[in-house]
Amino acid sequence: MSGAMGAINATVPPAAPSGPDARRLVDVVLRARELGIVAALAALVIVTTALEPRFLDSQNIEFILSNTTIFAFLAVGEAMVVISRNVDLSVGSVLGLSAYLSSNLFTQVHGIPVPLVFLVGLAIGLVCGVLNGAVVAIGRVPSLVVTLASLYIIRGVDVWVVGGGQVVANNLPSSFLSIGTSSIGPVPVMALGVGAVVAVASYYMKKFRSGRELYAIGSNPDAAVLAGLRTGRRVFVAFAVSGAIAGLAGVLWAADYGTIDSTAGTNYELQVVAAVVVGGVAIFGGSGTIAGAALGALLLESINTALYVLGVSPFWDSAIAGFLLIVAIALDKGISTRLTGALRKRNLQYGT
Amino acid sequence: MPPVAAVAPVLVLEHATKSFGPVRALEDGSIELYPGEVHALVGENGAGKSTLVKILAGVYQLTSGRLLVDGAAVALGNPAAARQAGIAVIYQEPTLFPDLTVAENVFMGRHPLRSGRRVDIRAMREQVARVFEGLGVRLEPARLARGLSVADQQIVEIAKALSLEARVIVMDEPTAALSAYEVDRLFRVVERLRASGAAVLFISHRLEEVFAICQRVTVMRDGRQVLARLLEGLGPDDLVKAMVGRDIVLRGEETRRAGGDVVLSVERLAREGVFADISLQVRAGEIVALAGLVGAGRSEVARAVFGIDRYDAGSVVLHGRPLPKGSPTAAMGAGVGLVPEDRRQLGLVMPFSIEGNVALASLARLRRRGLVRRRAERAFAADWAVRLQMKFGRLSDPVATLSGGNQQKVVLAKWLSRRPALLIVDEPTRGIDVRTKAEVHRLLIELASEGVAVLMISSELPEVMHLADRVLVMREGRMVAEMDRREVSEETIVAAATGQLQRLGA
Repeated sequence: MSGAMGAINATVPPAAPSGPDARRLVDVVLRARELGIVAALAALVIVTTALEPRFLDSQNIEFILSNTTIFAFLAVGEAMVVISRNVDLSVGSVLGLSAYLSSNLFTQVHGIPVPLVFLVGLAIGLVCGVLNGAVVAIGRVPSLVVTLASLYIIRGVDVWVVGGGQVVANNLPSSFLSIGTSSIGPVPVMALGVGAVVAVASYYMKKFRSGRELYAIGSNPDAAVLAGLRTGRRVFVAFAVSGAIAGLAGVLWAADYGTIDSTAGTNYELQVVAAVVVGGVAIFGGSGTIAGAALGALLLESINTALYVLGVSPFWDSAIAGFLLIVAIALDKGISTRLTGALRKRNLQYGT
Repeated sequence: MPPVAAVAPVLVLEHATKSFGPVRALEDGSIELYPGEVHALVGENGAGKSTLVKILAGVYQLTSGRLLVDGAAVALGNPAAARQAGIAVIYQEPTLFPDLTVAENVFMGRHPLRSGRRVDIRAMREQVARVFEGLGVRLEPARLARGLSVADQQIVEIAKALSLEARVIVMDEPTAALSAYEVDRLFRVVERLRASGAAVLFISHRLEEVFAICQRVTVMRDGRQVLARLLEGLGPDDLVKAMVGRDIVLRGEETRRAGGDVVLSVERLAREGVFADISLQVRAGEIVALAGLVGAGRSEVARAVFGIDRYDAGSVVLHGRPLPKGSPTAAMGAGVGLVPEDRRQLGLVMPFSIEGNVALASLARLRRRGLVRRRAERAFAADWAVRLQMKFGRLSDPVATLSGGNQQKVVLAKWLSRRPALLIVDEPTRGIDVRTKAEVHRLLIELASEGVAVLMISSELPEVMHLADRVLVMREGRMVAEMDRREVSEETIVAAATGQLQRLGA
């Protein structure tokens, strides 16, 4: 031991073993964002229910959950993309195109099996995602620009294909429409399915190399290259998954709403990005969870519904969503600054 | 510990050259690394050390020459190939993933797996903990990398190198940003690496560190290996001499006499953690060189004087009037010009035309009723282009199309056209060909003889010797020497900059 070490030990009480302590700090901070959302959600429910007990009606809960479902589903893919320090703005347009093309199959091919329609929706989304991913990963064009372009292009294709027409519920088989309406208790079947997807994707991002590598790429792209990660490939896959999910979400949307024209999913991309960020995924990548992103979607939808139930003007919907976004980003910045500070201090204390 | 001899070298670089277009960054890079040895690589700024490191790291590919690992020729096409070959590079400022744990930083891309190809977090943390234990450092594998000190970040990189079973560990100026205690710990770690049979290539400007932990040394100068042998029997002055080594360059015309009024007077300037207690004066008609190693704080002093960065204590006085802190506008108004080191980032607006860039600092003079007149701008620029002998196609071409030397002339023209009383130039000839370099030198001398006070930051000793009336040397944020034109020599500058001044008795 050198003299310097002795000097440090002399000024600080003998350091307790730093292991479990440091781990606890890290764990708490990592969970803080999801805990924050759960707390916000709880506060919202308590306050709103106190003012208007109808808020907790099973009918109302079902309403919230079914409105959340599509956004939470889209948030899974979007979160993967954002974690890798990219963004996918095309999900709303992909959803719209897939919703029309897949549901229109029922009018063109009589008796077409429902699973096949889902596969078609998935394929449409996958193609869009693959194109996005290829331009971003191979062309090295910023994803903001690429997906902004594909937002408009895909919507343009949608408008061109749909023309003035629309698919209406009468043309859709009841087995298809029941996907959107059936529920177990107050929980829609669709929400259960999406919940399962969220759980699987969260586990995947946490436990599998490719998931961890997405975090690494978003945390420091240069270091990711130096570490020998195939960054282009990982980002490409994230976009493909996001596209595929948006495609599937389009089919679900069709089953849920029953009437599909060329405006389906308009502006969804912004709500999804908002949900992801409110849910604690850092907008510049590297941290956050998919479960958090899904919770973000639930929180935003619950606020909308609460405002409606309380009879507040719908004008406040978007204002509050925007406000939450600011809060989320401020929290993000605050947490990382605090965390950096706390960890630095720890260094000094233990003299590592 | 006696250095191991009569062992086959683990890595040999033979007559390596590296060119970037017409520029030769490495003329004849050779080095032999033996297992169980710490090998020092020293040389002045621009001697080719960094290029050599980047070749070993797989970042640059050889233009010619051979690289042998364990006696077999290898080609390192990318960083992954270098790692595969057992070479790990620890940079001065490592690049980690701040949002991930220390353990995951070590194992990114090759996590240990358990059933179902899932990442085995516990095994990962245990392995990293074992590596840290072996290195004798206390670092928690489960903590986030965010907030780690530079020293700890280096330890994480070393742990990564060890978990990759690297046999050659290159450390590129690892101690530059470390405190004395951290240097101590790093040396203990290096000693363990050496004892375990690794070959460590240690790059440092601090010769006392070289003598403290290295057994063998390679000295580079002007892109060539000039000395390679065991350190035993050598002294710091031998290394300094080998690093400088060239004939003393001719000085500028001796007739030039400095001694006008004091234009710039800096008193006890300090910025916490960057530089401290900096006092200097520059007189009209004088060229004062600020010498020292890269990272000694010279550019930072210039930025503080010009008002780009704030300072915590001290004062900057121009023509007897204090300059307000942190205001480049006030500095410009008082007649200060700054030609920054990084002209592409800071000195020029690359997509703008030549005329647009030249006129940029003089828009107030070229403007009528709030609008800048194109024609006036062009006439203005044309005048300066002729005076500085710029070579270009048309004045409306973007500056990005010019050569480095002519770009530098555009930056100079921008400031000269304001008729500054004090011109601060930071590495005025970096990356410029020899002929243009001479023209820039001539220009600076001309300016001084017209009565402009020139403060020049330069890492090129011949340039300092050639131009400066006085030389100030900075080391680690402090002024360590002031030399008159008569007493200055390349050896004394290098000795002062590397902290060896007392040894040479200067």
